[in-house]
Amino acid sequence: MMTYAVLIILAVFMLLPFLWMVSASLKLDQDVFRVPIQWIPSKPVWSNFATIWTRIPFLTFFGNSLKLTVIITLLQLFTSSFAAYAFAKLKFPGRDWLFLAYIGSIAIPWQVYMVPQFIMMRRLDLVDTHLSLILLQAFSAFGVFLLRQFFISIPDEILDAARIDGMSEYGIFFRIMLPLSKPALATLTIFTAVAVWNDFMGPLIYLNSQSLKTIQLGLRMFIQQYGADYALIMAAALVSLIPVVILFVALQRFFVEGIASTGVKG
Amino acid sequence: MSSLSLNQTTASPGKRRSQLKKYAIAYSFILPNLIGFAIFTLIPMGFSLVLAFMNWDGANQISWAGFDNFSRLLRDETFRISLTNTLIFVAGNVPLTMVAALGLAMLLNQPLRGRNFFRTTFFFPYVASLVAVAVVWNMLFFPSAGPVNSLLSALGVQNPPRWSASVDWAMITVILASVWKGVGYYMIIYLAALQSIPTILYEAAAVDGANAWQKFRYVTLPMLTPATFFISVMLTIASFKVFDLIMVMTGGGPGRATNVLVVHIYNTAFKEFRFGYSSSIAMVLLFMVLAITVVQFYMEKRWVNYQ
Repeated sequence: MMTYAVLIILAVFMLLPFLWMVSASLKLDQDVFRVPIQWIPSKPVWSNFATIWTRIPFLTFFGNSLKLTVIITLLQLFTSSFAAYAFAKLKFPGRDWLFLAYIGSIAIPWQVYMVPQFIMMRRLDLVDTHLSLILLQAFSAFGVFLLRQFFISIPDEILDAARIDGMSEYGIFFRIMLPLSKPALATLTIFTAVAVWNDFMGPLIYLNSQSLKTIQLGLRMFIQQYGADYALIMAAALVSLIPVVILFVALQRFFVEGIASTGVKG
Repeated sequence: MSSLSLNQTTASPGKRRSQLKKYAIAYSFILPNLIGFAIFTLIPMGFSLVLAFMNWDGANQISWAGFDNFSRLLRDETFRISLTNTLIFVAGNVPLTMVAALGLAMLLNQPLRGRNFFRTTFFFPYVASLVAVAVVWNMLFFPSAGPVNSLLSALGVQNPPRWSASVDWAMITVILASVWKGVGYYMIIYLAALQSIPTILYEAAAVDGANAWQKFRYVTLPMLTPATFFISVMLTIASFKVFDLIMVMTGGGPGRATNVLVVHIYNTAFKEFRFGYSSSIAMVLLFMVLAITVVQFYMEKRWVNYQ
């Protein structure tokens, strides 16, 4: 009983910011900070959710984020799972060294090499394009590592049996490895999609044109421009969370398993 | 790698050809990722090292600076403050997050109804957008009329802190927000580790007459050391890299109260266009992270207990 009480209090504490966000998004601006807090507004101001789309090009930002998230996630799933298969199940010269380089790059803070990356992108004339962000995020070392850890746990006997039956490595990869790896692929999907959707610094550095900006930049723009209109800011923040909530709820079971397996095995 | 060279010396031409074909297939799997990874990650990493010894504004001639950038760091007051702030953030964020994550994991490791609900609840802040979360935090902790201070006033606190708007409280506010946001992720890693502890160990401890605290101290904690090690390494690295949260909550301020190293790197590069100098700050960050990670791995043998 004690445990439940403690857990419920903690859960409320964890959720409180979100509940407050929902509540504030449905208020008139002058009621947001009214004391005592009215958690359920008597007259919900639904129009806040209509207004945000007209104040700034929020729909464009939303679309841009969606586009980047889908493209980058698909590319990452493809390139990472392909490479992870080789690292986990095939032998070739230089494999261990290459893998070490991948691991090393995960440990090195991105901020250490973000400036050279930026200079390189400018040389390639890709600054202020979506392609720059796609190229920077499509080849993830983390994705390779995550999937390799999972692929290793799949017994070699299954693969060897398929090889004896004359299946090519590509056939094994597509018809055996991928179908068996759904939890890991789901985990990488959430990790990547959430990271790209929530990415703030990448777009902050690379995107200048209004028509290219993403939802996180839009959100901050909103805060800066309408710094006093708290209800609208909360409505915009809430809208920016919706896709993540949907993805998370749909795949969370896989996600939790995925984290658990990477964490414990190291 | 050693088994490969053995095969090669004894292989007949036909075998060698099939061996090469195998390698070609293996490389064909890696190449799509490797090409992009090499161009967009490995090369910039190397370039970053070189740039730290250069002067460059991004437009004019690049020139050799030698160790000038690094000696300038010693006189750069903002750098010194950023370094201190980063260390304060790490020292606050790492232990608080770990203790909170372990506490939550222990609570959720009991047979409970609605365990998945709680797990999801505690985890959700981790996937929520930092910009959105930071805004809500700032509003909840709004100095004049925010709910937190309204509550404190109602409880009779005379001068509630001005939180992120106060030089003294800004870092504490940022650390609290960071713990709240990250704790769920590490909780899940602890939870998985707790669930892998064999119950027989607890039964044996019970036979020996161990009480709850002794079971925790002599069974649970030692069995959790691999997870604790993993978390401490990952969390330390992540804490040194803190940026988004600070950028949106305080922008490094008020004054320079939350100006951490990455904020300084960002400002130097993208506001002042001193690319060489910012790379040298990045190198300091890199070597600090590396040094601490190496120490952690060195210490690993002394306290981490693998079965």
